[in-house]
Amino acid sequence: MKHSNPLTTLVLASVALLAGLPAFAQQALVPAQSQITFVSKQMGVPVEGRFRKFDAQVAFDPAKLATSKVSFTIDTGSATLGVKESDAELPKAPWFNVPKFPQATFQSTAIKAVGAGRYEVAGKLSIKGSSQDVTVPVTMTQNGATTMATGSFPIKRLAFKIGENEWADTSMVADDVQVNFKLALTGVGKI
Amino acid sequence: MPLPTLRPARYGSMAIALHWLMAIALVGMFAVGLYMTGLPFSMQRLKLYNWHKWAGVCVLALAMLRLLWRLGHRPPALPAPVASAMPHWQHIAHHGTHGLLYALFFVVPLVGWAYSSAAGFPIVFLGLLPLPSFVPVDPALAEALKPWHWITAYTLAALVALHVAAVVQHQFIRRDGLLWRMLPGRR
Repeated sequence: MKHSNPLTTLVLASVALLAGLPAFAQQALVPAQSQITFVSKQMGVPVEGRFRKFDAQVAFDPAKLATSKVSFTIDTGSATLGVKESDAELPKAPWFNVPKFPQATFQSTAIKAVGAGRYEVAGKLSIKGSSQDVTVPVTMTQNGATTMATGSFPIKRLAFKIGENEWADTSMVADDVQVNFKLALTGVGKI
Repeated sequence: MPLPTLRPARYGSMAIALHWLMAIALVGMFAVGLYMTGLPFSMQRLKLYNWHKWAGVCVLALAMLRLLWRLGHRPPALPAPVASAMPHWQHIAHHGTHGLLYALFFVVPLVGWAYSSAAGFPIVFLGLLPLPSFVPVDPALAEALKPWHWITAYTLAALVALHVAAVVQHQFIRRDGLLWRMLPGRR
């Protein structure tokens, strides 16, 4: 190619490379607009807590659900109930045991569309060294460049040994914990 | 010269029952309140806090019942010799203390309830019946309310102490037998 020069070749190669990448490569979580909360019941009283620090790797393409993937890492040390005394306890061994298990993770295994911006994300939830299969219903709404993914699902705290010894007493702290999330994502294709 | 022991008109049996029930409740609540706030984070602390809240709801209901009963049933007037022996300031203190006691029967539990709600712990009576929150969940409001539960409870305790001091004064110094009006027993 007589008239080609190195710059043209580089530009062409780059375009080819970018075109070959999946469209969802630049999806990102916007932490400031996202929240993960959990509601537990203490002697019948619903008490809401939240995680202040978490991150997600999202490769979600509504047109290619089979290859779409979502994974989460949540810093267990960032859990707060908004009460000093309780927050001082959460990192300790009977609860999240943060020194030994600093992160909880979620790794999707299958994503299924169930219509009208709703999906069922099956995956593995790992907290404190225990893993459970969960199916998480997610509703996606898009507003400009931002996609909000919201949903909630129940977990059993004792399946993850959250609250050990005397705190395993479910008459004091119920086994059922509701996890609620609201996640702001950028770069998701049109649903 | 001590006044002769009188057999003055007594309170009704319902008023007497409500009075002593409230007395027991207030002493118990104050003691538990003092004890539980000093406990470290534990199951025991969580239990006592919830029991204290449930009992506080009962105190509120008792206060309501007592006020309604009081509005419908005028207490017996002070016996004339007792009333005339009391200086003017004691008459004011007598009515003022009773009025403030009644007010605090409501204020102390309501402030506690508001504090709990604002701190994000709505009250679920007996762990079964969720009671409405009349303030929003607001950490700043919770911090502002927290000392007031304590302050009003201590004020109530001080008024109860004053009330008991007056009983002691009437019973053992003036010996006017005023206490009989509020003691349960045969007429």
